[in-house]
Amino acid sequence: MTAYLLKRLLIGAATLVVASVVVFLVLEVVPGDPARLMLGMNASDAQVELLREQMGLNQPLVWRYLDWARGLLQLDFGKSYTYSVPVADLIKERLVVSLPLAVIALALSTLIAIPVGLFAAARRGKASDTAAMAAAQIGVAMPNFWFALLLVYVFAVWLRLVPAGGFPGWSAGIWPALKALILPAVALALPQAAILSRVTRAALIEVLGEDYIRTARAKGMPMRAVLWRHALRNAMIPVLTIMGLQFAFLLAGTIIIENVFYLPGLGRLVFQAITQRDLIVVESVVMLLVAIVVLVNLVVDLSYALVDPRLRTRQ
Amino acid sequence: MSDAAQHKPETLNDVVWRALANRSFVIGLLITLAVAAMALVSFFWTPFDVTRLVVADRMQPPSSTHWFGTDHFGRDVLSMIMLGSRNSIAVALVAVGIGMGIGVPLGCWAAARGGWIDEALMRLNDLVFAFPALLSAVMITAVFGPGAINAIIAIGIFNIPVFARVARAGALAIWPREYILAARAAGKGPARITVEHILPNIANLLLVQGTIQFALGILAEAGLSYVGLGAQPPMPSWGRMLFDAQTVMVVAPWLALFPGCAILLTVLGLNLLGDGISDIFDPRARRRP
Repeated sequence: MTAYLLKRLLIGAATLVVASVVVFLVLEVVPGDPARLMLGMNASDAQVELLREQMGLNQPLVWRYLDWARGLLQLDFGKSYTYSVPVADLIKERLVVSLPLAVIALALSTLIAIPVGLFAAARRGKASDTAAMAAAQIGVAMPNFWFALLLVYVFAVWLRLVPAGGFPGWSAGIWPALKALILPAVALALPQAAILSRVTRAALIEVLGEDYIRTARAKGMPMRAVLWRHALRNAMIPVLTIMGLQFAFLLAGTIIIENVFYLPGLGRLVFQAITQRDLIVVESVVMLLVAIVVLVNLVVDLSYALVDPRLRTRQ
Repeated sequence: MSDAAQHKPETLNDVVWRALANRSFVIGLLITLAVAAMALVSFFWTPFDVTRLVVADRMQPPSSTHWFGTDHFGRDVLSMIMLGSRNSIAVALVAVGIGMGIGVPLGCWAAARGGWIDEALMRLNDLVFAFPALLSAVMITAVFGPGAINAIIAIGIFNIPVFARVARAGALAIWPREYILAARAAGKGPARITVEHILPNIANLLLVQGTIQFALGILAEAGLSYVGLGAQPPMPSWGRMLFDAQTVMVVAPWLALFPGCAILLTVLGLNLLGDGISDIFDPRARRRP
């Protein structure tokens, strides 16, 4: 188990290093001088040269990479070219919108998907299973930003239950803030719930064919108890894997959904940064999300050991 | 099915019958063919000319003349959806081509060589998987400029590891078979065995993955063009139509309805087709009543 964990940790760390090199190089090929961008078109060449020197832009490539990477490790992403404030501060104030949104969406998706998967697997082949899986097929095919538009039309424009967009900030109180996140979270969650319910159903059906399930049924255990106590736990590994992948997907998915709801999250930040050619912000957000993906995958690997005691002793 | 029947070799006829009996496959194929037909027809005919802006006809609700209504420039929505299907299909198809063209040879190579080459290629795969695809596509189109070509490249790059993984897993399952051993004994090299024996046997896996990635590509393209990083106007695209519809949704909800339905139906058709193909070729599913 320790060897396994060490290997996963090493792979995670190596992934981060290579990813940072790739991101650094991609943004290195972009035309345009950050120093000139910061100073504006009217700056003299001497001023630009001075700032380039101050920003360390005249250093060799490898040196600049190492400098940037050292900063990343200390969560110092550098200064935004357009706002002249630390990128870390920009990210922090946006993360308080995007992160809760992704977490709520994942929770919603799980709360919908696991019961639906259980229900469908228990009634495999019956009309209710077919109906649930047909609904899931439609959910998988639904572009989440279109679903978001439909939700806005029904719940904000037509029924006027929630605001159509914008975010009052957490300082306005928990409830108004949550209210602004409900529709985006549902829009993100439902297509993911459709995928997760299909995975849950398939994993459960695989497990339900096992001998120990028949034994449990034979000793008179009710189907409901068999499903929850034996089947679900054994079907958890594929479900957890998909949930890990989905968290990363949801966090990245907020980028588009935030544009539908005008939420001041990471997604809006990325798009503003792109239009202003503030590439250090784009670079930092990409690195942050890659780090989160690596971290979530590690947590998923760890959780395998929690649900499956056999993995704790195996090499 | 009796044991004797199971051992009888299958004819093409059997496969066709099994395909026609598979509900997912038939529905998926019909939808996919309909969308493909719509894209093809748009090359020589659309109900209206979308390059002509008829301001007098702007924001007409659906009617017998304009089945899906008109937009804020007076363009016919049905005609735009037909033209937009070309863009969606082209982007997703080329992206799948990139993924297959690079990923499959890599996966087959990893499976044939094994050892450190396999390990290195698979770690490289994991690395690409660590990048959130959508965000990276946004980064690529941001750096190299928005447009259909860059959208294709951005989506295509993330298809490579998917196909590499599927091809490798499929090939690894075929390599220990006896007929491979026989081919090796006959003096065939790994490259020839891969082309003559491995590829035909993993073609169905690749086909299924191809339809899935095709569907995901259409969703990704729609997302990118919705945020303005995909095909640029005047080329109609489904995602862009939804973006334009958003600001006028209160007065013209049909503008937001139909392009979304087009995306939904296309993706649904491809997913059903993929499910169907995978059922048809999966021996475990076959034994099910």
